[in-house]
Amino acid sequence: MSLTGLFLILFLLVHCYINAQIFYNDGGERFRAAAHFMGTNFVIRTVEIGLFAFLILHIVQGLLLWARNRARRSTRYAVSAGSKTSSWYSRSMALLGTLVLLFLLVHLSKFWGPNRLSQTMGNGELDLYTMMRDEFQVTWIVIVYICGCIALGWHLVHGFYSSFQTLGLGTHRYKGMIKGIGVAFSIIVPLIFALMPIAFYTGWIS
Amino acid sequence: MEHYHMNLTLKVWRQKNKNERGRFETFQVKNISSEMSFLEMFDVLNEQLVAEQKEPIAFDHDCREGICGMCSMYINGRAHGPWHHTTTCQLHMREYKDGDTIVVEPWRANSFPVIKDLVVDRSSFDRIIQAGGYVSVNTGNAVDANALPIEKQKADESFAAAACIGCGACVAACPNASAMLFVSAKVSHLALLPQGDPERKTRAVNMIQQMDKEGFGSCTNIGACEAECPKGISLENIARLNREYIGAVFSGSGEGNA
Amino acid sequence: MTLNSKIPAGPLDKKWESYKSTCKLVNPANKRHLDIIVVGTGLAGASAAASLGELGYKVKTFCFQDSPRRAHSIAAQGGINAAKNYQNDGDSTYRLFYDTIKGGDYRSREGNVHRLAEVSANIIDQCVAQGVPFAREYGGLLSNRSFGGTQVQRTFYAAGQTGQQLLIGAYQALERQVALGNVTQYSRHEMLELVIIDGKARGIIARNLVTGELERFFAHAVLLCSGGYGNVFYLSTNAMGSNVTAAWKAHKKGAYFGNPCFTQIHPTCIPVSGDHQSKLTLMSESLRNDGRIWVPKKQGDSRKPNEIPEDERDYYLERRYPAFGNLVPRDVASRAAKERCDAGYGVGASKQAVYLDYASAIERYGKVEANKQGLSNADARTIRELGEGVVKEKYGNLFEMYEKITGENPYKVPMRIYPAVHYTMGGLWVDYELQTTVPGLYALGEANFSDHGANRLGASALMQGLADGYFVIPYTLGNNLADDIRTKAIPTNHPAFEAAEKEVSDRINRLMNIKGKESVESFHKRLGKIMWDKCGMARNAQGLKEAVEEIKALRKEFWSNVYIPGEVKEFNPELDKAGRVADFLELGELMCLDALNRNESCGGHFREEYQTEDGEAMRQDDKYMYVAAWEYKGDSQFEMHREDLNYEVVHPSQRSYK
Repeated sequence: MSLTGLFLILFLLVHCYINAQIFYNDGGERFRAAAHFMGTNFVIRTVEIGLFAFLILHIVQGLLLWARNRARRSTRYAVSAGSKTSSWYSRSMALLGTLVLLFLLVHLSKFWGPNRLSQTMGNGELDLYTMMRDEFQVTWIVIVYICGCIALGWHLVHGFYSSFQTLGLGTHRYKGMIKGIGVAFSIIVPLIFALMPIAFYTGWIS
Repeated sequence: MEHYHMNLTLKVWRQKNKNERGRFETFQVKNISSEMSFLEMFDVLNEQLVAEQKEPIAFDHDCREGICGMCSMYINGRAHGPWHHTTTCQLHMREYKDGDTIVVEPWRANSFPVIKDLVVDRSSFDRIIQAGGYVSVNTGNAVDANALPIEKQKADESFAAAACIGCGACVAACPNASAMLFVSAKVSHLALLPQGDPERKTRAVNMIQQMDKEGFGSCTNIGACEAECPKGISLENIARLNREYIGAVFSGSGEGNA
Repeated sequence: MTLNSKIPAGPLDKKWESYKSTCKLVNPANKRHLDIIVVGTGLAGASAAASLGELGYKVKTFCFQDSPRRAHSIAAQGGINAAKNYQNDGDSTYRLFYDTIKGGDYRSREGNVHRLAEVSANIIDQCVAQGVPFAREYGGLLSNRSFGGTQVQRTFYAAGQTGQQLLIGAYQALERQVALGNVTQYSRHEMLELVIIDGKARGIIARNLVTGELERFFAHAVLLCSGGYGNVFYLSTNAMGSNVTAAWKAHKKGAYFGNPCFTQIHPTCIPVSGDHQSKLTLMSESLRNDGRIWVPKKQGDSRKPNEIPEDERDYYLERRYPAFGNLVPRDVASRAAKERCDAGYGVGASKQAVYLDYASAIERYGKVEANKQGLSNADARTIRELGEGVVKEKYGNLFEMYEKITGENPYKVPMRIYPAVHYTMGGLWVDYELQTTVPGLYALGEANFSDHGANRLGASALMQGLADGYFVIPYTLGNNLADDIRTKAIPTNHPAFEAAEKEVSDRINRLMNIKGKESVESFHKRLGKIMWDKCGMARNAQGLKEAVEEIKALRKEFWSNVYIPGEVKEFNPELDKAGRVADFLELGELMCLDALNRNESCGGHFREEYQTEDGEAMRQDDKYMYVAAWEYKGDSQFEMHREDLNYEVVHPSQRSYK
């Protein structure tokens, strides 16, 4: 979980950096260049396969872990501690992860899917910038994106710290720092993602 | 300390034995002193039941000073009740007020099967220790106690981990019923000392293997164990255990060596 | 039967050495065919079982708790003594020996005690090797503190959890032997009978406390490491389950009971708060290192402690015993507290308490700490805070426990303490080899009577338990088993096993069939009250005679009116408790008889008729310098056998801590 999670965190960073190019508000020029590089570079395309493998591994492992752990207590407590002893999001990783997954399906079907399909059919890359601008005029899509980013954020708050803890790095010296960076990451990255549909929707980027 | 009396409603888990189904039973207890311990309140209830020629509630307890690790009640959703760093036997009734309802359940985990009412079988913990929670030194083999100075900070950290009383509250509190805090406390206690160093790799691997074999859940770093541990065992021990385990696996040592 | 203590000949400091060099040995191949039963898994039991397992014997351990790690040794707080002289303050094997003999008020054997002092240093080495995290100094070396009855610092400790750490060390060693297959562990099992075949202890009948079934176990030798019997008083610092049953069954089968009246009342416990009280909690003796004990000078003073000015406080231990002050031995400190409370100077709601005050220690440590940090003009508050920090590091867990129980903050308000039953020096009579009067039956740790005389010094119980288990029994058991190597394992369908099991099941059925009206708990409380009032901190002939009659009557009532719910063949804690209380009801009588017989005051045994004008204990060395070993002869019938104590090295004198 921890290793695949960390890889996905790394991916988020790159993805976020590329997409943030739209905020130059230059009609998508820089963004298109970056997207073109990512969409056509051989190395990146190879890593992409790995990314999907890791993603699927992360999902499968996560769901299995959830199911197995749940089965460790056949009779459940009548009264639970709730959030007195732990945070709700740390207990809800499977739920948050599933929400992120659902969002991801929507997301992939909107951009990555059509683009790769077009490339495979030999029709070349699509203009992702224009697609974004068009899609993000639809209210329900914008809402789905915002919800997805919120779920991602909570998933990351626990996931970031947890992966370091699992790797044995949560020592006295680094624990505070890891937690701090984790929370900052979990707020900033999803926020930037969420700002994209919002920016298009509100016409901040035109 | 101002002291007062109270009447309470108790909902207690009753289960005849491992195989039969359990259920909650409701009791009223009257005139409970705020100076009583939680278990003394149970004594009062049991005396009342015996007087009515009914079967008293079975619960584990022994030293009643918070160190033997025998007591084990899940009180209103909390392992050992609501007080921080406190075992059930040290929880006192001044926590409650007249008219309160208290729900008491046993530790619930498949690796801790119920023996009767609130009593569970924690022998899995013994078997985890048997898998490697020791230093292999026979009686009489020791060198002078001061022959090997140990940095005070390390000794203190080791002691903090060794303070674990093996009560199982970590398992009871964990949504995954994981025993990682227990295992990590023992691994840390010994890994931090030079005496435990030669076996540290096999120890970590074997103890983890046994933990899995006993059917405890996996750690997902939720942290409820640390919050409920009566002895304040830190999550840092789990990080250390993970480090020990990864180190052992990568160095290829510690395969199934008893 | 004459009692032979089997003390080896030769000079005191060579006895153990020469015993070890000349005792018989069992070769490793034979050890594999010899079964040993160990009842109880506290410090003595766990250390013995682990050590014997390491040697290759086939060991079975029994404990009534759910794991060997829960035995009540775990609750020992303060520390363990050892004659290491790491502090260069004049300690030596002889001095530890001497302090223990003197502390025990000259009622223990020189040979045993010297052996204890000799092996004490090995214990610390062994524990450190096992990974026991003793407290250390910044240089990385072991730290020591002082305890009552001594003027050197020889106590090793792990915060206020020394017993826990030592027991976990022994438990881990034991679990290692379980993993290696040398030891089989039976938890939630209680020994209910000893099986004797051809005059030798050859096994036990134990009840599986989960299923209620009786089970038979054979062994070539049986070791009782079942602890003390302080719970005969109902309220004590013992665990709820601590009991005399295993020892008492052995006693009834022929093992003599040594000095049963020698009980230790610990001076610093949290006072009783009401009728609901189920047990008493000890505050470690180590607190007397830094705390000062006092009561108001005015009788019935109801002011809050902090409102009583310094010159209106009576630091009675410092006043009466200037040489040892607050660190007098336990029996002396306890009696002094009782004296003050009886005279009307007690404090708290019940007036049955004295103050243990840390204010001056906090100030003293605060000043030292301020100097260390270079704060030359620190104000009172800073000094207080610094001092509280130091005290917290030393005694934090004890202070926390006090606050949980009483709801008062001991850093701000003096603690209230009162003496409580803590330890029993008496126990099964054993010879130098720890063997009882039943061949093949041994008693180790608190279960035997051997090393502490009439009063045990603080931090010596852990030392004795581990000495017996790690370093004595491996030799003495071998010496006896060497003659037993031809004895094949006896099958448990032997008539002796059948008979013993029938005895147990008859007794259980009898208990269950009484179907009376009163709970076991209630009988236990009533017994405790008789014992505490008449055989407690101060005893007199009149009271003891009354107590004997009262106990007999109570026992009769118990056997006709106790009510035990539930069934035999199930987990039934009420039944377990009933069996234990039934045994306490017999033991209590013997304790009173022993106390009545001993017309002197010594150590924990204080007979009001025998005291000096200023209330100090008065021994009668010419008449009572012996161990009273009681033989069971049937219901309420006990015959006393004397083992005279010969002091070859130490010259007994009236103890003085002034």
